[in-house]
Amino acid sequence: MKIPIAHFAKLARLSLTEEELALFNEQIDKILDYMNKLNELDTVDVEPTSHVISLSNVIREDISVPCLERKAVLSNAPDHTESFYRVPRIIE
Amino acid sequence: MKFETIIGLEVHAQMLTNTKIFCGCSSLFGAEPNTQTCQVCTGMPGVLPVLNKKALEYAIMTGLAMGCTISSHSRFARKNYFYPDLPKGYQISQYELPICEQGHIEISVDGEVRKIGITRIHMEEDAGKNIHEGTGKYSLVDLNRTGVPLMEIVSEPDMRSPKEAAEYMKKLRAILRYLDVCDGNMEQGSLRCDANVSVRPAGQKALGIRTEVKNINSFKFVEKAIDYERKRQIDVIKTGGQVQQETRLWNSAKAVTESMRSKEEAHDYRYFPEPDLGPIMVGREWIEEIRTRLPELPDAKRERFVSAYGLPEQDADILIGDRPVAAWFERSVAAGGQPKAVSNWMMVELMRLLNEENRSIETCLLRPEQLAGMLTLIDNGTISGKIAKKVFAEMYKTGKDAEAIVKDKGLVQISDQSAIEKAVEDVIAHNPNEVERFRAGEEKLIGFFVGQVMKKTKGKANPTIVNELLKKKLIDVI
Repeated sequence: MKIPIAHFAKLARLSLTEEELALFNEQIDKILDYMNKLNELDTVDVEPTSHVISLSNVIREDISVPCLERKAVLSNAPDHTESFYRVPRIIE
Repeated sequence: MKFETIIGLEVHAQMLTNTKIFCGCSSLFGAEPNTQTCQVCTGMPGVLPVLNKKALEYAIMTGLAMGCTISSHSRFARKNYFYPDLPKGYQISQYELPICEQGHIEISVDGEVRKIGITRIHMEEDAGKNIHEGTGKYSLVDLNRTGVPLMEIVSEPDMRSPKEAAEYMKKLRAILRYLDVCDGNMEQGSLRCDANVSVRPAGQKALGIRTEVKNINSFKFVEKAIDYERKRQIDVIKTGGQVQQETRLWNSAKAVTESMRSKEEAHDYRYFPEPDLGPIMVGREWIEEIRTRLPELPDAKRERFVSAYGLPEQDADILIGDRPVAAWFERSVAAGGQPKAVSNWMMVELMRLLNEENRSIETCLLRPEQLAGMLTLIDNGTISGKIAKKVFAEMYKTGKDAEAIVKDKGLVQISDQSAIEKAVEDVIAHNPNEVERFRAGEEKLIGFFVGQVMKKTKGKANPTIVNELLKKKLIDVI
């Protein structure tokens, strides 16, 4: 399988140089080759694993707790008004 | 060339929980911007989401109500994309192994019952809200809605007309409201509907290219938006063009759908199992316990309204549409109201008055027991049907009992023979011309005489007695 690095970089909002693209392509290929070793195993009778910890049904009751102060929350943002986060205009 | 329309709907329903799906922040609508967030829902590093039990149970309840299979093993997935209203850079949703699969909803269109398949119901978190109006070169973001629990209910492409889609939405909303898991308010966005629409020449097997219509932000636009899109696609094909697979937005001001012109790669969501949330195992016992909490659902209620109360299908259909309306009806009947009479007054007068001021039946001052009381006054001859309309309007306005209104306003029907007789004699004496014409055979003039007597008695005379006396007096003298 060939991973389209440039496409994924774009989706992840990463700008890569030509050199980086070439380097990452090479590295990813190697990683995938290594992962291919797993295909040698017979997994016909093995359930697919999506979680390595055997915890299930970790749930909470529907009871509200205090929220964070708006001032504190907004102070983490690069830009904000008194009550909103402010971002570059999204739609025309 | 004839065309067939194929419609599937994706509905997002905000669940009526107290808190968000993965944290304890309040999910109440309408708070000051950015006052209902925490480290979890704003996606701070190192925090862990924990599933809200009620959200899970609501999704299961909805699945049961729609005849779905409840997955014994279910899990969450990350849907990756960037947008300012999504602080984590991914939405926690379900992809493989959704909580509910393969159910159906029954709809009835033009007397024909159709089953519309439900492909799946899954849980996910809502995104925040972006504001673009009057904000210059910026957009503003409110994250209060981030993490509010949603159910996405996906139908099979089983609908064949805009009308069917509208009926499906109506039934779906009714079920959600019966279950009390969503308030179903499309204007406020707690119920949202995206429509996948395609057309194909009649007889063709392969599906046509579909578009997704979003932003259908009111109940009354479901049918309109889909109908517009269907016709647009047919026009494109008839003029030799090809329908583009795209997302289109319903513009209610112009009553058209418009291309959203989004970039294709935005749909590359790279789903993968959510590592921060373990799998959900739902056993038989839990499912059966939740099943016992299901209320009587719309279809069962309609059947019962027809069989137990002898109501016509159309009456039952309207009354069961909304659970509080159905409850109102039953309370009035329980208080002694004759079912068909209660239904008539509700469907004609009450619905009109409620619609006029856009009021819900739950906040109505008039109580169902009071309607039953008024019906008794009609039955025992205290008031006429005509006066009852006035009494009803007054009851609706003030919430007073019919009896008190009748007494206060002196609306008691005159059934006293001699009082009516006097009015009848007066009218006959004052209209000699009409009397002559009547006696010469112009029988329809009886209406004129009744009108005159009613005018004289301010509408309070018992109409049966008026008619009897008039006929007697007018004919007797001959």
